[in-house]
Amino acid sequence: MRAASGIQRYGLRFVALGYLAALLMVPVTIVLFRTFEDGLGPPLEAIASPDGQHAFWLTLVCVGIAVPLNTIFGVTAALVLVRHEFRGKAILNTIVDLPFAISPVVIGLALLLVYGRNGWVGQDLIDAGIQVIFSTPGMVLATIFVSLPFVVRETMPVLQEIGDEQEQAASTLGASGWQTFWRITLPSIRWGVAYGIVLATARALGEYGAVSVVAGRISGQTETLPLFVENEFTNFNLAGAYAAAIVLALLALAVLLGMNLLKRKEREA
Amino acid sequence: MSPGGIAVEGVEKRFGAFEALKGVSVAVPNGSLTALLGPSGSGKSTLLRVIAGLEQPDAGRVLIAGQDATAVTPQKRGVGFVFQHYAAFKHMTVERNVAFGLKIRKKQKEEIAARVDRLLELVHLQGFAHRYPSELSGGQRQRMALARALAVEPEVLLLDEPFGALDATVRKELRTWLRRLHEDVHVTTIFVTHDQEEAMDVAQQIVVMNDGLIEQVGSPRDLYEQPANEFVMGFVGEVNRLGDDLVRPHDIEILLEPDGNAREGQIERVAHLGFEVRVELVLDDGRRLAVQTTRQDAEERELESGQIVYLRPDGARRFVGP
Repeated sequence: MRAASGIQRYGLRFVALGYLAALLMVPVTIVLFRTFEDGLGPPLEAIASPDGQHAFWLTLVCVGIAVPLNTIFGVTAALVLVRHEFRGKAILNTIVDLPFAISPVVIGLALLLVYGRNGWVGQDLIDAGIQVIFSTPGMVLATIFVSLPFVVRETMPVLQEIGDEQEQAASTLGASGWQTFWRITLPSIRWGVAYGIVLATARALGEYGAVSVVAGRISGQTETLPLFVENEFTNFNLAGAYAAAIVLALLALAVLLGMNLLKRKEREA
Repeated sequence: MSPGGIAVEGVEKRFGAFEALKGVSVAVPNGSLTALLGPSGSGKSTLLRVIAGLEQPDAGRVLIAGQDATAVTPQKRGVGFVFQHYAAFKHMTVERNVAFGLKIRKKQKEEIAARVDRLLELVHLQGFAHRYPSELSGGQRQRMALARALAVEPEVLLLDEPFGALDATVRKELRTWLRRLHEDVHVTTIFVTHDQEEAMDVAQQIVVMNDGLIEQVGSPRDLYEQPANEFVMGFVGEVNRLGDDLVRPHDIEILLEPDGNAREGQIERVAHLGFEVRVELVLDDGRRLAVQTTRQDAEERELESGQIVYLRPDGARRFVGP
């Protein structure tokens, strides 16, 4: 019986680790290897190229706008969904998950239909001097769309768990709604929110499909890092593609490390 | 009504199809210690939350110190509220928990520190200022919550089953302590409990609630000796039923010989509970009842199970049905 369970245990570990190795670790290692195959020169050059740098900054702009907005919206939506009862709550709850369910390409197309030249409000915006599609605003919108659910989904269970007694206690002690939020609610849910932010950032960093549709992919103008990787790759500039991929992977890794640190802190708290 | 007290007038509250309060009126005198006593679902906690402003009544009004407070938010109502599960601010130390209301009121730092020190002394938590709630026992957390509520010098202190989540020993200790605290602080205090012994032990006035209505208001002694109806009589102490009569276990005399209309019964069990002895009997009609007597009495008359005895109620009550 014990021997059997031992075999079972090692079997399980073998399957889990083998799966991770074959599907995740081996490809990433090969990318790493290929990048530095010809020394540090070619990858650094590719990254330092104007297009490469632009892609890097554009990615940070998209993430830097999308994630804070989604954080504010996410905490607000979570509060509304957990603390309030209203008609249509179930619908709102479902809508929040849409970006998970819909393919990013479809999200991109949907944005085209609304903001494109022939779209619903596209021409009006262009007349007003605002170009959304094939420009940064569209890419930011696409990034917001795909990274929207994370903060909501990570915050809601924490809000449910802490209940509203602490908030009621704060109100009987004279705190206004705003004071209660900043002094009681937010500190209590901070790890959930932080976790949501980390996941949203990781998703926003790596988004390809939706951004690709609305970007028009003009090198040096509407290219984020994932698009840059693809572009370099299709132009047979493999060193550049791999180098940008590494940068992206490092950013993602930093975010994931951040997440693990937060998790540890949460356990201690 | 006395100037600082609380008056509740015709308060109704429903949650969906459930009527929690069906028109409740009660006056709580200034500086008193009052218990809201009733079984779960009787509306006692809802009434307390309506007084605090944490629930809005569907009808009726609440007066605090003579002022209509019905539309006043809990934030401005000047009540201290203590929750059954403490509602401790988990991310703050004991000191910061207690100081919370004072900081909101933007008091001077020195004043806050002095007041927090005094309050921690009052609730015997002097050495715990820098601990977090998770490092305290249940009883300590509840005392911290009390200090926090008292810090803002509320006109009214409301406690919702404050000892309900604590074990029996701590509960007894804390209720003695609450009574003493009230003698010191003298703030009008209302606490909710489903434990009649707790209500009798601590409160000066008890409001008995059942099914969204008030059954009786009175001192512990009034309720026990002059219960207004069968519900109150049954709720504030043990009751035996003899025909239409209700009688307390200590108001039944056990006779060894038949006498007039004394009922015959057989002793089923004699339980020694320390000073008192509880005799459980079966009557000739199969009904069971319990009689309380002293240990001395039980020993002198050698009461034992199987014995046939005769029972004479003394001080039975009969409530005419509605």
